[in-house]
Amino acid sequence: MTRNWDDHRIEEIVGNLLRAGVMLSAVVVLAGGLIYLAQQGLSSAHYAVFRGEPSDLRGLRGIVRGVFTLDARSIIQLGLVLLIATPVARVAFSIWGFAEEHDRMYMIFTGVVLVILLYSLLGSGSAF
Amino acid sequence: MNILEFTLLVAMGSFVAGLLGALTGLGGGVVLVPLLTIFFKVDIRYAIGASLVSVIATSSGAAAAYVKEGFSNIRIGMFLEIATTLGALSGAFLAAFVSTKDLAIIFGLVLLYSAYLSRKPRPREQRNLPPDPLATKLKMNGSFPSEEGGLRQYNVQSVPTGFGLMFGAGALSGLLGIGSGAVKVLAMDQAMKIPFKVSTTTSNFMIGVTAAASAGVYLNRGYVDPGLAMPVMLGVLAGSLFGARILMQAETKILRLVFSLVIVTLGVQMIYKGLTGTI
Repeated sequence: MTRNWDDHRIEEIVGNLLRAGVMLSAVVVLAGGLIYLAQQGLSSAHYAVFRGEPSDLRGLRGIVRGVFTLDARSIIQLGLVLLIATPVARVAFSIWGFAEEHDRMYMIFTGVVLVILLYSLLGSGSAF
Repeated sequence: MNILEFTLLVAMGSFVAGLLGALTGLGGGVVLVPLLTIFFKVDIRYAIGASLVSVIATSSGAAAAYVKEGFSNIRIGMFLEIATTLGALSGAFLAAFVSTKDLAIIFGLVLLYSAYLSRKPRPREQRNLPPDPLATKLKMNGSFPSEEGGLRQYNVQSVPTGFGLMFGAGALSGLLGIGSGAVKVLAMDQAMKIPFKVSTTTSNFMIGVTAAASAGVYLNRGYVDPGLAMPVMLGVLAGSLFGARILMQAETKILRLVFSLVIVTLGVQMIYKGLTGTI
């Protein structure tokens, strides 16, 4: 039953990784949110009309640039990017886990999932 | 309404959605989009973007708790994630071509169907099925700690059907910004004959990865608004963590009934709004 034990150990590390990623992103989102409310809390809300976000908030480069100028909306967006990156990191870590178990077949399956995720993040728009 | 009031109200609504979703096991994502579009008059595309992000948060937060119990099967999850992520990409691309009215109608139908699924009694679990050659080749068969004590073995069935259903679950997730946990459990529990406990925990594990696949597309397309996603994500996350903590004491049978009725009401309203074009 060594296989199960290994699976379990990997899952436990994965579980902690997920929790850490979510908590980190929640802290960043909350920090950005507080600045956002302090600066713009009294202006009126406008979500009934769809405009789409400015290009600076659509990709990592623009978001990071905004974070350096302490732009509140960019800080929130960075937290959200961290959140989206958490499951991606989990998948990347699983490749290593399957490699430890010498499971070629599942390394390939996991690699396919990772490529699809990276395509979604990097290839589907101007982003990153 | 100013941004401060709006943010606090959305955060409270999202907290309740996350709480009910965790207590009933139906997921909070499914009521978020109707809540935002019907009560807060948010454009459905912004609502879907915000909901998708919060789905990742709850799934990843809950998965950390589930893996410790040893129920989820990472091989089944990883193999089926090929289908759900491909589906999620397709759904997210499709979302750009579907009108907001049609989105609302599809959303309403999915709400009604998930309410139906949650009320339908589950057929008796079939045990001791013979091993299926494809599932064996894919090393999917496993075991989990059973109620009677000790490990119970299970043999996974009909992998191609499960894979197909998972593609559908991913497409719905990408199109509507929901976790599609109900369809995922349906695919594993009913089609692949995976024990219910293993199905639900593995499904929860998969939801985050599926949602991340379409969230990237939504972010690139400018559908994720930080001002809206902030209270939604924080509210749902806090609600679902609180829900998971009080789950043991809660009377979930009545809650499930109430929540199903809420889902039906929202589903009918979404369809009505879609048909009359008032979304």
